[in-house]
Amino acid sequence: MKEYTFEEKKDTRSGFGLGLLDVARTNPDVVGLCADLTGSLNMVAFQKEFPDRFFQVGIAEANMMGIAAGLTIGGKIPYTGTFANFSTGRVYDQIRQSIAYSKKNVKICASHAGITLGEDGATHQMLEDIGMMRMLPNMTVISPCDHNQTRAAAVAIAEYQGPVYLRFGRPKVPNFTDPGEPFRIGEAVVLNEGTDVSIFATGHLVWEALEAGKALFKDGIRAEIINIHTIKPLDVKTVLQSVEKTGCAVSAEEHQVHGGLGDAISQVLARYRPTPMELVAVNDRFGESGKPAELMEKYGLSARAIVEKVMQVLQRK
Amino acid sequence: MGKEVIELKKIATQVRRDILRMVHAAQSGHPGGPLGCADLFAALYFKVLKHNPKRFSMDGEGEDLFFLSNGHLSAGWYSVLARTGYFDKRELSTFRKIDTRLQGHPATEEGLPGVRVASGSLGQGLSVACGAALAKRLNNDPHLVYCLMGDGEQQEGQVWEAAMFAAGRQIDNLIGMIDYNGQQIDGAVDDVMPLGNLQAKWASFGWKVLDMDGNNMEDVLKTLDKAKSLCGNKQPVVILVHTEMGYGVDFMMGTHEWHGKPPNDEQFERAMDNFEETLGDY
Repeated sequence: MKEYTFEEKKDTRSGFGLGLLDVARTNPDVVGLCADLTGSLNMVAFQKEFPDRFFQVGIAEANMMGIAAGLTIGGKIPYTGTFANFSTGRVYDQIRQSIAYSKKNVKICASHAGITLGEDGATHQMLEDIGMMRMLPNMTVISPCDHNQTRAAAVAIAEYQGPVYLRFGRPKVPNFTDPGEPFRIGEAVVLNEGTDVSIFATGHLVWEALEAGKALFKDGIRAEIINIHTIKPLDVKTVLQSVEKTGCAVSAEEHQVHGGLGDAISQVLARYRPTPMELVAVNDRFGESGKPAELMEKYGLSARAIVEKVMQVLQRK
Repeated sequence: MGKEVIELKKIATQVRRDILRMVHAAQSGHPGGPLGCADLFAALYFKVLKHNPKRFSMDGEGEDLFFLSNGHLSAGWYSVLARTGYFDKRELSTFRKIDTRLQGHPATEEGLPGVRVASGSLGQGLSVACGAALAKRLNNDPHLVYCLMGDGEQQEGQVWEAAMFAAGRQIDNLIGMIDYNGQQIDGAVDDVMPLGNLQAKWASFGWKVLDMDGNNMEDVLKTLDKAKSLCGNKQPVVILVHTEMGYGVDFMMGTHEWHGKPPNDEQFERAMDNFEETLGDY
């Protein structure tokens, strides 16, 4: 079992800000739009360095999505920045018609996703975005696990032609992936190989899955830990190869149990290789105010919760 | 009346025949709106727009761009797209039928030349037009962006988000147009949800506002010329295009009844009697 370590905790959103700057410096077509959240999205450095390529649209997210679609017509690669709930639910029809159906090369960059947004409460804790976005034809859905990977993903999506939803978060979390590792859209990353259970995790839950893997190892259970940073298109081959070996699966995500990674994996398993599976996710309820760590614990999104689900699914093999 | 106006009026007459034939053949669609805007469509596509119908490119670099935000006027738009050469006019017969590129509401999915974004769900086109205008500015492309909206569509909040943005960012290569026919699906616009003083609303948002008699070709040309001359002054321009829904078909005018209803065979024959075949039917 490979031990993952980190020097410091960092937020994924600051990884986004750096990645946007990286790609903007090499690709003059990259432009940025923001709906009154430049600080929260870490887009200030981009705005300062490229004032002519940055568009502050004010609190008007629907308009921002339309403007982004229009900019692609002139060959630009727009990155829109706002919170996940204003990036999806508020503007679903604009994304559906002007971006996804129209196959526009817009990168929808969504911060403060999930329950770890924390104290602001359920109005702002978007837990349905992966579901909404993966239902849209033509949409690619990416959910990186830490600061370094978010930075790499922000760069990689510019090379991909088509609409992308890039999901990241607010809190500082372990930054453990290699900063030099290139981001490959659609290729899951096997973090630890194992033979007893496959744990498919995305976003902030990837670190929790690694922690769960360590605890399981002490009990003699060899968990295969896979980082599903691209939820659509899903790396079906890697998923199937893993369960072929382990015979059972647990998914883990900071999202509703309906519509997210767990749904995506279970659909693949139901169609190609029926396998016992358990889901770690928010159980069909809205969030609430609190500190991110407290909320993760209360809503069952922790290493401990993953271990519990693993013990359950092992009984079903 | 100048020769050019006579020619454009003939084209508009043929566009109206196309609209009726398409909607009748499909037995679905929206005849009223495009009949009212046929003169505007003809003027834009045959006279005003600088465009390359034979060499359609999505980015439209070096061309004027047109966006139809009120996508249900598709039959009229498709007619002028075909007749200016974006695609074979015979394809108009596929309107709204299975496997067609001429979707009920305009779309890019099937690759119909001339269409750059899907529209139909209302309120989105002006935002897209703003983005396209910004891209032209970034690309140092001096051409203009046009966007046609409906008057009922003015009830959508996003229109006003875009209106605020375009004025606030001094987008001056953009001409908005509003089909001000006073009718929408459920009845007269002023009964469904009054727009109030539309002229004053747009002016207060910081736009230069013009009025046009959209069913008078001389005024259509004159006002479009005026709008173009006002571009480049750090202010967007909008034209209130006063039209009559169903214009030219005696029994379709003065009512909202023909917003989204096709004529039956007998009504179709009566409607077609209003229009001479000027350019040859598709």
